[in-house]
Amino acid sequence: MSLMKNLIEGTNFDHTSLNALQKVTLRAVVMSFLFFGLVAIEGMIMKLVVTGPSNPLPEMFSHPQHYFSIMTVHPIVGIFGSTYQLVFAAFMFLVPFLTKKPLYSVKLANAVWLLITIGTALAWIAAFVWQYAPLYTLYWPLPADTTQFNVIGGIVFIVGVALIMVGTLGFIYNIYATIFARVGVHKDKTTKELFISGFGIDGMLNLIHKLTGKPPYSKEPALALPVVAIFRGTVDTFLDAIVILSAGVLVLVYLVFDLGGHPLDVAAVDALLYKNYFWWGLDLVADGLVLIYVAGSWYLLATLITGQKLFMENVARAALMLELLVSWMVWSHHLLADQGQPEMMKLISGEMVTAFELLTQGLALFITLVTLWKARPLKMTMELKYLLGGLVGFGLAVPAAIIQADMGMNRVLHNTQWIIMAHVHIALIVGLYMTLYSAVYVLWPIVTNNTKMFSSKMSNLHFWMYLIGGIGMGAFGGMAGLDGMLRRHLYVNGEFNTLMILAAICGTMVLVAWLIFLLNIVLSVGIKGLIGIFLPSHDKTASYGIEPETIAENHKA
Amino acid sequence: MTFSNSLELLAFHQTAYTIYAAIIISVVAWFGYNLTRTDAKSVVRIPFYAYMAFLVAGGVGHHIFTYNAIPWVSQDITRDSITPDASYEFEVKNHKWIGLPEQITVQCGQTIKFDIKSHDLVYGFGLFRQDGTLVTQMQINPGTDVNGILDSNDMLWTFNHNGVFDMTSTEYSGPAQYSEDGKEDLMLVKNFVKVVGCKDGGAK
Repeated sequence: MSLMKNLIEGTNFDHTSLNALQKVTLRAVVMSFLFFGLVAIEGMIMKLVVTGPSNPLPEMFSHPQHYFSIMTVHPIVGIFGSTYQLVFAAFMFLVPFLTKKPLYSVKLANAVWLLITIGTALAWIAAFVWQYAPLYTLYWPLPADTTQFNVIGGIVFIVGVALIMVGTLGFIYNIYATIFARVGVHKDKTTKELFISGFGIDGMLNLIHKLTGKPPYSKEPALALPVVAIFRGTVDTFLDAIVILSAGVLVLVYLVFDLGGHPLDVAAVDALLYKNYFWWGLDLVADGLVLIYVAGSWYLLATLITGQKLFMENVARAALMLELLVSWMVWSHHLLADQGQPEMMKLISGEMVTAFELLTQGLALFITLVTLWKARPLKMTMELKYLLGGLVGFGLAVPAAIIQADMGMNRVLHNTQWIIMAHVHIALIVGLYMTLYSAVYVLWPIVTNNTKMFSSKMSNLHFWMYLIGGIGMGAFGGMAGLDGMLRRHLYVNGEFNTLMILAAICGTMVLVAWLIFLLNIVLSVGIKGLIGIFLPSHDKTASYGIEPETIAENHKA
Repeated sequence: MTFSNSLELLAFHQTAYTIYAAIIISVVAWFGYNLTRTDAKSVVRIPFYAYMAFLVAGGVGHHIFTYNAIPWVSQDITRDSITPDASYEFEVKNHKWIGLPEQITVQCGQTIKFDIKSHDLVYGFGLFRQDGTLVTQMQINPGTDVNGILDSNDMLWTFNHNGVFDMTSTEYSGPAQYSEDGKEDLMLVKNFVKVVGCKDGGAK
């Protein structure tokens, strides 16, 4: 088959054979990867600017309004437009798949990806057209500072973020409505049983019963462990959406009054209190739902790849509950450089409770590795490679953050490139995305009805370029942070150009890897298939019939 | 072990983290290789609870280590009861420093209090060596008390090494911090602090 024919027709992909659940999943996945490309390009622009005056970009990219506009939308596009979409797509497919029940509403699932896509686009337009640039931190009263920013731009930005959060609430409703639906295997379960299982209380009771010599509380928990992780992580997703929405409403009120010629007093809102509130919510993404979702994804992938039960499943269930509680109490590590923050909060929330993330994430890593080890020999499939890549990513990124969540270290690392590159970018690009790529490869045959991937060589090239580029970019950026390079500062005179050139080379590898992945996907499904994904489905089924156990058969060496 | 300035601390940190990164990458690579082998045997059996204890000890021990090895931690916690050798108070408004002292000259080993108040936005306060490395920093939050008096953002710092340090805002407060072409940081104060009287290796 010629390359051109592949480009048009794909390998053996037939979009008309897909049911409604498969199509809505693939729609969100397509949008997610398109936003990933946008965020990678934005990242490369910022990296090139800080390499110094000899960078090949037009001078306007070095102008502060332009540069910080990109920096403002970069995380919005990356975290919400790309990551949220991909995670939500995977979970809205996996929950029906694992519970063997239909998704509550495919219409709502369609609304979710549309709302997030439109919301992300609006936020991006606000930055592109009006150069609204308060950064994602929205430190009060900067987002309402109309002496620096255009009011209309601010309103468009906030409306965009609000739409993303409304879409997020739609996802949450869909997930819980599916989990609590008393149909199929859950026909005879009560809501209380599903609730107890969702919070992993049954796992905790099983542990207590074992220690006290009693028979297990529940031999067969109502919900599979990955569903429990989704259930728990979604609690943080909900709380985070409420915090971001309410902060958005506050900013919107100030902007609308300003537009009406009656500006409100920004000093009426305490900046430090706001910072606490906003970081509490925002941290539920970084230290809450991401870690819980990732732990759940590792458990799922390990059990699907090996076809065996998870090692120490009851401990894993109980640990997910601990992780949820920890995620509510760690936000102060973002305020260790704020001298008005009470020292006790810095010590307990910022240092001690935060250190528990080493325990919870280390536990997830241990359980996943042992589950894989006990099932050896395994074939080194793409999904297994990516899973190991994801483990490396979090193995590097979590300690990098724990080190900084310390009152001594924070004094010399706060707001430097260390935290954003050595921690955030390695956690997201390597840890989270490689886990998600693993899920993509596991789910690919199920969601696309056994479509043959165009090239395994391209898959491997993507893996290695992405892994080396991702770690390299984070490492060189982190080193620049140790040399004093700030994360929210403009350097156009090449102050840190050696490390930034090296980081830019690695960033280019990530960008090229994404292009290779995208090309491989397009050559597999074809442009016709790609368009077909967005056409209505003839089969309105909202569930998928293949048993999860069948996936493991493909991984036996 | 005690670190007398950020350079010593960061050099130690870079070495320790690089070794850790090499270990974790190697372990997972070795693990991945052995997952595919039929004859792979466990090299070492790691008891689950010992591993958990190791993580707890690592998380808590890290803070105990830094509390004892980094002098500015206890100094920061107890700063209300410490009398500094000199204090400098100034304000910031519209991306401009107000009431900024002329170059501050510090004798080696002196503890200086910086107290900065913001009229409008969240800023940062950071001291940098001439090679761009960070000496110390804090956030500057705006706000007033019930009487309308601006909130303090204060920190103590003991200077143990000679040097001339620049000062700028370490927190983003909008594009107005920079010239239009981005080439100039308008909040940068060159040679703000000068430390004299220390030996080559630091301290008096």
